[in-house]
Amino acid sequence: MTYKTFLASTAIVALTTGGAFAQVIGFSQIGSESGWRAAETTLTRMEAEERGYDLRFSDAQQRQENQIAAIRSFVAQGVDAILLAPVVETGWDAVLEEAAEAEIPVILLDRMVDSSDDLYLTAVGSDLVHEGAVAGQWLVDTVAGEDCRVAELQGTTGSSPAIDRKTGFEQAIADHDNIEIVRSQTGDFTRSGGKTVMEGFLQAEGGGAGICAVYAHNDDMALGAIQAINEAGLKPGEDILVVSIDAVPDVFLAIANGEANATVELTPNMAGPAFDALEAYWADGTVPPKFIQTESTLYTQADDPQGEYDTRKDLGY
Amino acid sequence: MIFPVLRRVAPQLITLFALIVLITLIFPSFLNLSLVDGRLVGPLVDAAKRSAPVALLAVGMTLVIATKGIDLSVGAIIAICGASAAWAVGAGYGLGPALLIALSAGIACGLWNGVLVAIVGIQPFVATLILMTAGRGIAQLITEGRILTFTDPGFAWIGSGTLLGLPVPVWLWFSTAVLMALILRRTALGMLIEAVGINRRASALSGVNARVLLIAVYAVAGFCAALAGLVVTADIRGADANNAGLWLELDAILAVVIGGNSLLGGRFSIAASVIGALIIQTINAGILLAGFPPEYNLVIKAALVVVILVVQSPSLGGHFAFLRTALLSRREARHAPQTEEPKP
Repeated sequence: MTYKTFLASTAIVALTTGGAFAQVIGFSQIGSESGWRAAETTLTRMEAEERGYDLRFSDAQQRQENQIAAIRSFVAQGVDAILLAPVVETGWDAVLEEAAEAEIPVILLDRMVDSSDDLYLTAVGSDLVHEGAVAGQWLVDTVAGEDCRVAELQGTTGSSPAIDRKTGFEQAIADHDNIEIVRSQTGDFTRSGGKTVMEGFLQAEGGGAGICAVYAHNDDMALGAIQAINEAGLKPGEDILVVSIDAVPDVFLAIANGEANATVELTPNMAGPAFDALEAYWADGTVPPKFIQTESTLYTQADDPQGEYDTRKDLGY
Repeated sequence: MIFPVLRRVAPQLITLFALIVLITLIFPSFLNLSLVDGRLVGPLVDAAKRSAPVALLAVGMTLVIATKGIDLSVGAIIAICGASAAWAVGAGYGLGPALLIALSAGIACGLWNGVLVAIVGIQPFVATLILMTAGRGIAQLITEGRILTFTDPGFAWIGSGTLLGLPVPVWLWFSTAVLMALILRRTALGMLIEAVGINRRASALSGVNARVLLIAVYAVAGFCAALAGLVVTADIRGADANNAGLWLELDAILAVVIGGNSLLGGRFSIAASVIGALIIQTINAGILLAGFPPEYNLVIKAALVVVILVVQSPSLGGHFAFLRTALLSRREARHAPQTEEPKP
């Protein structure tokens, strides 16, 4: 009872003295399983610092129980908002209800949960299907009606990025009979996977003569494929076009060298839109839409790839 | 000398040959070989090159399994050695020291496993499981969670260079296997390892230093994993701590099993294990060239492996003989009344 009173009074104090104290924000991150996630953490810290928030960071090391414990601890500390990058979709109802009872807004980053959507303020994420479509549209515009046989390097079989990025690309090229996916295999989102599979594709398609473009579901596979194309004695980026998704720093080097042609950004800056929504909510109670889609920007050789590399290389990718 | 070896590996060679024929039927240009700029190019050469990591692991794994052990940590050792080599090259230590660091890291990992198994007395499965789980974390600490890339042409040569017309990785696994087989078979070492695997107590009582032998065997497995790590890292010109060598320990065990070596220890054949690795890679290459949707990859691989193992199974020979006599006698029994009773 006293506990709740205490929480309520801290909330009132926080609300009434909003301007005077730094807002406290809890961030429960999945872990650091990939460079992209490390960059997301770095950018969230940078955004929080820029806006003068006090960010409490918790690394869950890929375990949901750690995330649930972190959220409980954030609620107990009476933070002003919670950012959550959920490791799995299910099992969040109880802990989200606790946060809702304490009237702490929760914003999901990057991944979704299957709980009722009034348990969180909003979710910030990218539309994976749209990313695939942007890549497909780039190819449609680039080949401009000429025949093009595409080799596709899929992500891990059955994973949602692999399924959605494939769907989006296929939707974009659906009305263009000149573009056809002739080879499609999984490279497991890894460089060596991309290289091995691309070697096989090149052999199967007459040493690469039958392939006009490679579409890779992530940049790492594209970088592997570029090596395979080089070793087969062809010029990646010229003989075979290379388009991929994610926009990690290394692919910008490849684009700057003319070995890759385009990449679609999956921005690790999910915190920026999340904080914007929070500020509007705090200012006049504006309730944001339940899903805020981040932009899927296309970068090509014309977009200063060297400069993009320099801004990204220290983000922890 | 050479004939007993041939007889031992005959089932594996026949399997490999049958697979190549099968793939050639689906994809006729599988046997194409051409000489480009003084190097052999073709799907078969690529398959031999891609076999390198598993073949190298299989050499070490054969010895470990011959001592009735198992080494689950070799995939993680690949990640550690690849990461340390890429780090050393990137830090400007030069190629020689970088290779030395990587190989010593591999041997150190092997020694750790060996000490846990031979001196502390932990079961090999559990002892190597420790490094399997922890090793990837160690590799991530070295790479700081990112893919460490390098441009050193000497290091890249290990993965994609050519020596006397063949890819360097092919020479690497071939010479490692031959050298190891010679060392083990021209001396009594191989026999001693088999003795430890069949009965460690009895061999210790008869004067074999089982403890040192076990530690040495795990160190060799670590060394082979380090070589595989160099190949994997040099191939993509980057150390990917998350994915380098992931699940390769299982492929290596499979190669040893396809090679007809018993998981219960004892008699072993390095040549057969290496051919087992070639068989696995040939299956992978075939799946890739055939152009099936990726959802079928693992199913096809599993089906082929089951067929290969069943066909090679020695007890199947007995069952087959039994089945044949049973069928024959039934056919005879059926034939007899059929001649007497005409069909309606």
